[in-house]
Amino acid sequence: MKTWLTTTDHKRIGLLYFWTAFGFFLIGGLEALIIRAQLARPDGGLGVSAETFNQLFTMHGTTMVFLALMPLSAAFFNFMIPLQIGARDVAFPRLNAFSYWVFLLGGLFLNASFIAGPLFGADRLSVAPDAGWFGYENLTSRQFSPGPNVDFWLLGLQILGIASLAAGFNFIVTILNMRAPGMRMLRLPPFTWMTLITQFLVITAFPVITVALVLLMFDRFFGTHFFVPQGGGDPILWQHLFWMFGHPEVYILILPAMGIVSEVLPTFSKKPLFGYTVVVYSGVVIAFLGWSVWSHHMFSSGLGPIADSVFAGTTMLIAIPTGVKIFNWIGTLWGGQIRFTTSLLFAVGFIAMFIIGGLSGVSHASAPSDLQQTDTYYVVAHIHYVLFGGTILGLFAGMYYWWPKMTGRLLSESLGKVHFWLTMIGMNLAFFPMHFSGLLGMPRRIYTYSSELGVTGFNQASTIGAFLIGLATLVFVWNLLRTRWQPISAPHNPWGGATLEWAIPSPPPVYNFTVIPTVESRMPLWQTERHAPMRPLPERPPAPIHVPGGSWWPLITATGLPVMAIGALSHVIPVVLAGAAVVIVGIYRWAYEPFEM
Amino acid sequence: MPLVLLAVLLLLTACGGGADLPQSTLVPRSDFSADLFGLYKNVFWWALGVFILVEGLLLVAIVRFRARPGRAEPKPVHGHTVLEISWTLAPALILVFIAVPTMRTIFSTAGHAPEGALRVEVIGHQWWWEYRYPTLNISAYNELHIPVRTPIQLDMTSADVIHSFWVPRLGGKRDLIQGRTNRIAFRADSTGEYWGQCAEFCGASHANMRLRVFVQSDSVFQRWVDQQRASPATPAKGSPAEAGQQVYRRSPCIACHTIAGLSQGRVGPDLTHVGSRFTIAGALFPNNAEILHRWIMNAPAMKPGALMTPQSLSPQDLDALIAYLQSLK
Amino acid sequence: MTHGSAHAHEAGAGAHRTSMGLDSRKMAFWAFIGSECLLFGSLISTYLVYKGRSLTGPFPHEILNIPFTSFSTFDLLMSSLAMVLALAAVQRGDMKQGKLWLLVTALLGLVFLAGQFWEFSHFVREGLGLTTNLFGSTFYVLTGTHGAHVTVGVIWLLTLWVQALRGKLGPANAMTVEITGLYWHFVDVVWIVIFTVVYLIQ
Repeated sequence: MKTWLTTTDHKRIGLLYFWTAFGFFLIGGLEALIIRAQLARPDGGLGVSAETFNQLFTMHGTTMVFLALMPLSAAFFNFMIPLQIGARDVAFPRLNAFSYWVFLLGGLFLNASFIAGPLFGADRLSVAPDAGWFGYENLTSRQFSPGPNVDFWLLGLQILGIASLAAGFNFIVTILNMRAPGMRMLRLPPFTWMTLITQFLVITAFPVITVALVLLMFDRFFGTHFFVPQGGGDPILWQHLFWMFGHPEVYILILPAMGIVSEVLPTFSKKPLFGYTVVVYSGVVIAFLGWSVWSHHMFSSGLGPIADSVFAGTTMLIAIPTGVKIFNWIGTLWGGQIRFTTSLLFAVGFIAMFIIGGLSGVSHASAPSDLQQTDTYYVVAHIHYVLFGGTILGLFAGMYYWWPKMTGRLLSESLGKVHFWLTMIGMNLAFFPMHFSGLLGMPRRIYTYSSELGVTGFNQASTIGAFLIGLATLVFVWNLLRTRWQPISAPHNPWGGATLEWAIPSPPPVYNFTVIPTVESRMPLWQTERHAPMRPLPERPPAPIHVPGGSWWPLITATGLPVMAIGALSHVIPVVLAGAAVVIVGIYRWAYEPFEM
Repeated sequence: MPLVLLAVLLLLTACGGGADLPQSTLVPRSDFSADLFGLYKNVFWWALGVFILVEGLLLVAIVRFRARPGRAEPKPVHGHTVLEISWTLAPALILVFIAVPTMRTIFSTAGHAPEGALRVEVIGHQWWWEYRYPTLNISAYNELHIPVRTPIQLDMTSADVIHSFWVPRLGGKRDLIQGRTNRIAFRADSTGEYWGQCAEFCGASHANMRLRVFVQSDSVFQRWVDQQRASPATPAKGSPAEAGQQVYRRSPCIACHTIAGLSQGRVGPDLTHVGSRFTIAGALFPNNAEILHRWIMNAPAMKPGALMTPQSLSPQDLDALIAYLQSLK
Repeated sequence: MTHGSAHAHEAGAGAHRTSMGLDSRKMAFWAFIGSECLLFGSLISTYLVYKGRSLTGPFPHEILNIPFTSFSTFDLLMSSLAMVLALAAVQRGDMKQGKLWLLVTALLGLVFLAGQFWEFSHFVREGLGLTTNLFGSTFYVLTGTHGAHVTVGVIWLLTLWVQALRGKLGPANAMTVEITGLYWHFVDVVWIVIFTVVYLIQ
């Protein structure tokens, strides 16, 4: 227990990220199932109240984006990046532990809002965030959201932002600076490349949301009018700040999955990634363009025809590098010897589904067309094809691919295939009909709809699909747990992968590599035209390897942040100060701790 | 794949006027919504073509190149410059065919109505709609009446949080933002009743912020205007409605509602001609005695977050009040 | 666990080989500064968006004291100079000079903070509170965020100074001082931007 609380080992932190994020993924999924159950019937549905429903969809979005998808990617960053680049750990192991603990505590803080009602003289299920994951002002102003709901949200997101930023700096430095000899930038595995790009997006996008949240906090706690029209403020400024973060965030969510797919496809086609440099550079281009499209979330807000045209144009441009990636993936499969493992199925599923999400995206990019689609279920369909069909399927591909490396145990392929097909059927049944609900006039974020809209059948299909996804997820959970009860040991390289993580035992020893390998090609473990496969590493380290001990200070320092948030939430300044004191003491002890001992 | 066929089928039937649903974006009934639908169809056909091509390629790849025993090791191809250039240019070219009509439609639907358009100010409230006709000097609530084949200009703002005015068959949505005025312009091309609802999440009863648009022939519209301009109906002596008028005078209703000559509350909708409306409470319920009964006794139970507090009236008073409200044609 | 260390960790990471030849902490700090640019960029943008949109006074031209703030700006610039001297001294092992210049840098930072404190309280007396108008809100949040950064810098510098007094800071820790300097110069540069945007361009 203690060794897990104090661990600074990137592999253990990766596993912690995985289980925590997976837990939040289940919570977010449960919220989705209640939403879908409610919408299975029109005119009042199952009787979930409007207030509860608003909390559920707000927390579903917030949870999935910040507590499930980002940290599930982070689980792979943590576990795989040092292995893929031939390092013994990340650049700042304690900062890495700090990121994890802040993420965990921030997630718990946000979710505590579900049960915290009695502390505020309200019922349970009444003070969770309820203004949408996008928190549009001026609905979130104190006047229209007087309760602690939005406070939970803005404080929780600030905490989570710290975790993401710290991890961002850490992985940028790790990838740039900790590469094994010979691991040039254009030899980095594509997953590592996409991670690097993602982290640059994180460190540039999160400060913007932080500022937005701080201004919102000032409005709500100190009575300023940054977004309040009565005081001259402009609610549209919130939208600009939020989406300047929010759109890069979309690429923060999808690029890691694209990286995973770019690892999985070559391995199971026995072919190098087609157009490696093009895939890398298109990732860079996507990241750059991702910064210039945010207002396409605001076409209905009346920005004027010139701004609409500009943002419609930049948004359409982004389709080009995305399309290029898809063609390169198909090029990778083309002419290969494809083995249909579960991992490959999910990767192919990713491509197939992401295409649908991408194409419906073009109808949003066309600004006037979007005026009929924005804020309807058509957009809900689009984002789920991108974030579920894209990110989640990509992450599942990664889980089946890397689980043996992370735990030393193979997942069941037959259960995996059940999981895959159930997921595919479920997601298409859940999300495809949403296109129709939207086109027939069903707005998003409504707890009930009129039977006369003619969308009841589509909603029922969506609900059945959602529960199929739930069932599929249970199969996956069963598959994961089975590896504990009926373990099947994994060899070093069960799939015949080409990258460095497959050169070492599964699970890897605490020091990762007995000797740091020297890299001569993009696929060090494969025979290429010019290079023989890397020679196996010695089984035992030729010289003793120093492994740093753990540290309590990342955990302790992290604890101060939710304490500060609780103080702010309850307007008790001494608690805020106590939390700040914990942070300050933590940082000092951390800085002067003899960590190398 | 069957899903895609279903999609095409649905779109085709929709174009043929099959799915004549009240809030469908696929059955446009104005120049504005027709423009948007035309653009959507353009994007849709391109997207469908790309979809079939790319998913087809993917399918061919995984069927043709699945591992079979005895096949030679794959050639380690690293890339192909000509291919890369062509699949960069091809989507770019398609996008030109989408971007050009997009830009054209952006400017043609920017919300500028021609001279002589009927101007209506739309004000969003949590969770109901107020329409002011400055040139006609009347107001309407939740139900917008407009003449057919006449250019309409809506100048929209909000009294509280952001809302979005959306009547799919008459046009795209635009947000209502406090301190700003957004515009849409359209010309409805056939009479009828069109449904809409708020499309921007605006709090507890966002789902219950609905609206109706009645597109009417000039003569019907003019009759409605005259009716709205008239002073409130005076109940006949000794009628239940007259008793109801007395109940109204004494009730807390007057703090929030206006009835011309009786009260000047501005929190809720004006009730001067409430009896002439088809619906109440944000076009959520039909305007009948039973609904009014339940609504007055406990509005928040019917519409979460509604500001109207539950009233405690004797059954006689309540019946009288409802009779009075219904008399306000 | 006292094996020969074969890899880089926070403490003394600079002593080890890195792929880019740049100390890892320093690289992380550059990334941090990049991130901070977006933070201040967003705040400055907010200030500019709301410029001239206050509904009531006091307005900037009625209240900003440019000569006084010019002095503060000069003071902060001088502190950057002192920081350069401190780093140079530590790098060449002259800890006596190092201690002196670290303290001078911190003190100049404190003078700036005192100036800001005086300026804020003066403005409040003049009737410009945080919630008075958009100018007040954007001004206090922007300059206050900067002031918080200066405060962190001063505490950091004083920590190094105390370390130096206790003989625990030497040329071996020059990288720590260099990073502190990076931060300090960054905060200084941000102030130049804020001074220009808020005070000079009205």
